[in-house]
Amino acid sequence: MLSFVAQRIVKGVVVLLAIVVMNFFLIRLAPGDPAVVMAGEAGASDPQFVQQLREKFSLDKPLPEQLLSYVKGIVTLDLGFSFRQQMPVSKLISERIGATLLLTLTAFAISLVLGIFFGTLAARFAGSWGDSAITAAALVFYATPIFWLALMAILLFSVYLGWLPSFGYDTVGANYTGLAYVGDVALHLIMPAMTIGLFFMATYTRMTRASMLEVKRLDFVKTARAKGLRDNVIQRRHVLRNALLPVVTLAGVHAGTLIGGAVITETVYAWPGIGRLMYEALLQRDYNLLLGVFVVCSAMVLIFNLITDLVYRLVDPRIEFAS
Amino acid sequence: MKAFWKSMLRHPGGVIGLVILFITIFIAIFGPTIFPTSPWRMVQRPFLPPFTNPAVLLGTDALGRDVFAGIIYGARVSLLVGMVSTLVALIVGVPLGATAGYFGGRVDDALMRFTEFFQTIPSFPLAIVLVAILQPSIYSIVASIGIVSWPPVARLVRAEVLSLRTREYVQAAIVTGQSNSWIIWREILPNALSPVIVLASLMVATAILLESSLSFLGLGDPNMISWGYMVGAGRTVIRQAWWITVFPGVAILLAVLAMNLVGEGLNDALNPRLAKGSR
Repeated sequence: MLSFVAQRIVKGVVVLLAIVVMNFFLIRLAPGDPAVVMAGEAGASDPQFVQQLREKFSLDKPLPEQLLSYVKGIVTLDLGFSFRQQMPVSKLISERIGATLLLTLTAFAISLVLGIFFGTLAARFAGSWGDSAITAAALVFYATPIFWLALMAILLFSVYLGWLPSFGYDTVGANYTGLAYVGDVALHLIMPAMTIGLFFMATYTRMTRASMLEVKRLDFVKTARAKGLRDNVIQRRHVLRNALLPVVTLAGVHAGTLIGGAVITETVYAWPGIGRLMYEALLQRDYNLLLGVFVVCSAMVLIFNLITDLVYRLVDPRIEFAS
Repeated sequence: MKAFWKSMLRHPGGVIGLVILFITIFIAIFGPTIFPTSPWRMVQRPFLPPFTNPAVLLGTDALGRDVFAGIIYGARVSLLVGMVSTLVALIVGVPLGATAGYFGGRVDDALMRFTEFFQTIPSFPLAIVLVAILQPSIYSIVASIGIVSWPPVARLVRAEVLSLRTREYVQAAIVTGQSNSWIIWREILPNALSPVIVLASLMVATAILLESSLSFLGLGDPNMISWGYMVGAGRTVIRQAWWITVFPGVAILLAVLAMNLVGEGLNDALNPRLAKGSR
């Protein structure tokens, strides 16, 4: 188990380094002088600062040396400086990452729980009108653009019904403390988390349903039935447990999409996470910040993949930890 | 072929999908000729509500531009980007997967590590970074979506080739001294076609969603109107004018839903073995 984790961590670090190297070349793809690009476009940079950057990243040196100093910077967690925001990129990101984790993990939990619930329900009553309704709803949510769903939710729950706040992380100026503050944040969290959650819920519903129907036909289920086990027990212990394996795999694959959904959702709801930060960087053409957020997103996906891999092995004891 | 259409038409979702898809394709090709109002032109007062003026059926946006015209012209961008970027993904993924599966060993290892690397990178953020750096245009959008979506193609083709390679007719081709590229292109790939077609149709749906998300964030081609751009532009005035965001969103939803339905119908028709299963 330990050696497996160590192996995976090493692999992840290698992938991350490769992404950093790719970033290095991406900056050079942008039109213009890389130093000016890094400083931020549209005349926001002064010549002195550009010269400083040029020296810091040894842009006057040959390419391999430039690459080395760039990688060195990243390894020491120096993601560069955002000239636009007048702050180190790593500081900007670390201030925002908590909000993104809260949002994505809540959305992930909602989608997984509801998806498995509805998928199980649909499979249990396969062919009934309830099954058709769940399947159709899943199909529609699966095809709904997240940014549009977010706007429709605002329209319905904030503008029309007035139930939920339409943007932000907490009520500005309310100065809630303790439980009241937690409640306030939770209220702001509902819509963004549901927006991301519904798309993934649709995926997990479809997957769970298909997988349950598949497992139901297998021999060991017949055996369980022949033994005279109660239907509830068969469904829960035998069918669901085996049917969940592909769902867990899918969840791991989705980590990247989850982050992508966060970029969109945070933008619409002005949720102060790194997705929103990415959008701000985009608007200001702040490439250094943009690439910094991108590296951190990739790292998050790698960590998430590692966790789902471990969970997968816990759920399915047949898979050994040696790779 | 007849059997194919028969089983495709037996799938009610597939039929609905095909109908919507054909309508969308028709609009994308002939819409601008039938409906010549430019989506950029001011035709009425700003914020005209929908269904009040038959000439401007879906109302106007903040600049008095016809929302209906935008939807007609936007179909072109969505379908074009969806199909061409899927084609790009196929052009990268099919040869790569085929080479990995056919030659195996170290070639396979190297190519699959490369594929896994691209699969780990979060695709939407990568697409954002690529379009932002290459500057938004229809070319950079197509290229970026293609670049982020080829890995599943490579993996699928590799798996298919791996299983087909051991078949007797392939062995026979090897014995008769056919070249490797002949065997891959003429003997193996035609037999791996149907799962690739299914995947490709579902990828078009994902590509349409990706394009609209990029346009929504302001990374669309500035010279072409698209549904995502329209939703993004209407976002700030959503409290006054819901129709500017609602209608283009419905258009995206329908187009993506249609592609997904067609993909599922194709799956049932082409892979009867997997008909009951998932994707």
